[in-house]
Amino acid sequence: MALLACGLAVLVLGPLVAQSLGEPFYIRLFTRIAVMAIAAVSLDLILGYGGMVSFGHAAFVGIGAYVTAILAYHAAAGEPLLAWPMVIPGTDNAVIAWPLAVAAAALAALVIGLVSLRTTGIAFIMITLAFAQMLYFFVIALQKYGGEDGLQMAGRSRLGGLDLDGRLTFYYLVLAVLIAVIVCCRRLVGSRFGMVLQGCRQNERRLRAIGFATERYRLAAFVMSGAIAGLAGVLLANGQNYVSPADLAWTRSGEYIVMVVFGGMGTLIGPLLGAAAYLVLELLLGSATTHWQAIFGPVLIVIVLFAKRGLYGALVGRADDG
Amino acid sequence: MLVEQGLNGLQLGIMLFLMAAGLTLVLGIMNVVNLAHGSLYMLGAYFAASLQQWTGSFVLAVAIAVPATAAIGIVIEMATLRTLYGRDHLDQVLCTFGLILFLNEMTRILWGAVPLRMTLPATLAGTVALWPGIAYPAFRLAIIATGILVALLLYLIIARTRLGMLIHAGASDRMMVGALGIDIKSLFTLVFGLGAALAGLAGTMAGPLLAVQVGMGDGILILTLVVIVIGGIGSVRGAFVAALLVGLIDTFGRILLPPALADMGIYVLMAVVLFWRPQGLFAAHG
Amino acid sequence: MAEPLLATDRLVKRFGGVTATDRLSLSVVEGELHAIIGPNGAGKTTLVAQLAGEIAPSSGRIRFAGADITALAMPARSQRGLARSFQIASLCREFTALDNVALAVQAHSGHSFRFWRAARRDEALRGPARAILAEIGLAGRADVPAGLLAHGEQRQLELAIALATKPRLLLLDEPMAGMGQADSAIMIDLLHVLKRRHTIVLVEHDMDAVFALADRISVLVYGRCIASGTPAEIRVDAAVREAYLGEETL
Repeated sequence: MALLACGLAVLVLGPLVAQSLGEPFYIRLFTRIAVMAIAAVSLDLILGYGGMVSFGHAAFVGIGAYVTAILAYHAAAGEPLLAWPMVIPGTDNAVIAWPLAVAAAALAALVIGLVSLRTTGIAFIMITLAFAQMLYFFVIALQKYGGEDGLQMAGRSRLGGLDLDGRLTFYYLVLAVLIAVIVCCRRLVGSRFGMVLQGCRQNERRLRAIGFATERYRLAAFVMSGAIAGLAGVLLANGQNYVSPADLAWTRSGEYIVMVVFGGMGTLIGPLLGAAAYLVLELLLGSATTHWQAIFGPVLIVIVLFAKRGLYGALVGRADDG
Repeated sequence: MLVEQGLNGLQLGIMLFLMAAGLTLVLGIMNVVNLAHGSLYMLGAYFAASLQQWTGSFVLAVAIAVPATAAIGIVIEMATLRTLYGRDHLDQVLCTFGLILFLNEMTRILWGAVPLRMTLPATLAGTVALWPGIAYPAFRLAIIATGILVALLLYLIIARTRLGMLIHAGASDRMMVGALGIDIKSLFTLVFGLGAALAGLAGTMAGPLLAVQVGMGDGILILTLVVIVIGGIGSVRGAFVAALLVGLIDTFGRILLPPALADMGIYVLMAVVLFWRPQGLFAAHG
Repeated sequence: MAEPLLATDRLVKRFGGVTATDRLSLSVVEGELHAIIGPNGAGKTTLVAQLAGEIAPSSGRIRFAGADITALAMPARSQRGLARSFQIASLCREFTALDNVALAVQAHSGHSFRFWRAARRDEALRGPARAILAEIGLAGRADVPAGLLAHGEQRQLELAIALATKPRLLLLDEPMAGMGQADSAIMIDLLHVLKRRHTIVLVEHDMDAVFALADRISVLVYGRCIASGTPAEIRVDAAVREAYLGEETL
């Protein structure tokens, strides 16, 4: 509990300190950590609790980001998104654009989940990876929206009276979303639904034998996870004012998995720690050498081989399954 | 035109088969996810490109690059993957993901960021007239021929030899192989080395067609995974059929479909196959 | 005569060239304890898997509680009241014993698309689950993770989970497998109590247990039913004695 309070204090006060020191760079870092943490938490829901090793999570984040950016692009250009059979204009109004982006990510998760959840194990990993790659190539092919170069956003979404262009305001919005996501997921994994989900990870055959049509529950979790990832994508696009195929790259999916495992699977708080550790490590190693991945790769291997419990486990003492 | 594209598709399919055959065996027999398979392909290409620059001989470059890649593969197997058998797939994914980051970056350190080029020897650089009016690059034909040769060889190994029998038995019943008193560790290392050699071969052949650069293995890795999933994990025959299917559909998709959809063709194929048969076209039993 | 609760009609299951279940017609009447015995390789496991809905028969029908369930998947059969226990304890090992049973209660109290309220504080689930654990003799072990329970306790928990699904029929796959004398005795006592209230299909190796418990026995050899009758009838059946010659003594 004390640990949680400390962490929260850092998250709340850190950017304020950075602001007063005139170091906006660190506000951006905090923002990026919080955004990545939302994506990682959503992955933890299916990976840590549901036992589904999805290697395509970046796709859902990317869809959320691209939908936001494309809608904003059309709003800025004054060009309707769709002219026929009915005119649909673009929008940079968060109240419209964000739910649309989340819904698009959820829809993608539904379709991908319907096919890939028919398999398990290695095949599931490979199929989610392949579908994510499909979407990656799809956005590259969108020449109108920048293709390989990505798409610059004219500005952040408008959200009521909030000034999202203010760095701190935007950060606190992201933080609020992150906390809300963690709290909701915490309730979720302890609910009846969550018990089924956790049961699926431990012994799916048993759950089927006692009468759960497990595929429905797994699919529902997959879609929820995709939707939350889409929300992370919305914030990602707004945070960097830019979307690019790199946001959907398969290596990014790998990074999300790393964050979850690094921080502690099936803990929800762990992925936040993992995201922070990953991005800080990237920053430190990256400033020491351009070839930081040559160091990070072996570090990752050593962690996997010898320290599976993750940061959260190391801090709290034991993994808590909620 | 149609023939030419058909051959292009065939050639892509053959490349994919070389990649998939090794990986599907590794997956099927050892039940290990090895994402670093694409890195072996990349290393094969780099070895070949460098060796060609040193020796000036294409044939010599290929002849050395393939066993060199196999050797690297065996070292990787013994150093990391060996500890991962029997652990869950997530560990394997993460560990081999770390390997990719490492190998990509080491390649960048050793060879630099500028792509290398490979040149073809005169005998393979030209075109061959298939019949009057239709000329086709000789090198691509050579790739197709090599691939078919390898497929035949693999078929003979699996169907006719003791090693093949063990591979077959290993895929369906690992306990039995252990019970036969076979050193399963050596078997795994051998199969992994074989897979690495095939990936290296594919890499050396891709060298003259594509730019040899860091990350070239990532794209083909994912295509390879698609092939394996469609073919059925562990099935070399499935890999062959699926590789050709994917090669042809990808090639023709690019001609017939608008660009946004062309890249998605094979994934749609994968989705359709999986919806119909979740275990793939040729599921290895057991 | 009333329709039997569970009946198979010329059930066939082939694996390649092997016929594991061969035109098998069985019927289980409401209220009886029907034991299925047979030497190794008789096709008992295959039969259980088909009854539970884990594998599909090659041909033939299965009827349960007045309906054809041949095409139903395992969860749907459970929902209709066909509960099975596994030969090798199959539990959610990280969950406590109570969690395991409560989850089974939950499976049969409406859908589980409930996302907010804490299931572990839900008395509608925990209450009945605790009662079943007490009945089965595991009350003191409710909060122990299932994976840490002793072997015999895991088998008892298997039974508790099956009971929690409000079954009309219990399909017990070798509940005494791998048990010592003492644990077996506990299990036999338990089954004596349960058979008063439940229809039970008992697939079992332990002949003493079968003859002590069963109302009727069917003997399977090479996927076929060679005899079916009361324990007394089976004991003197010539075909059965021949099939078991050198295997076990009746």
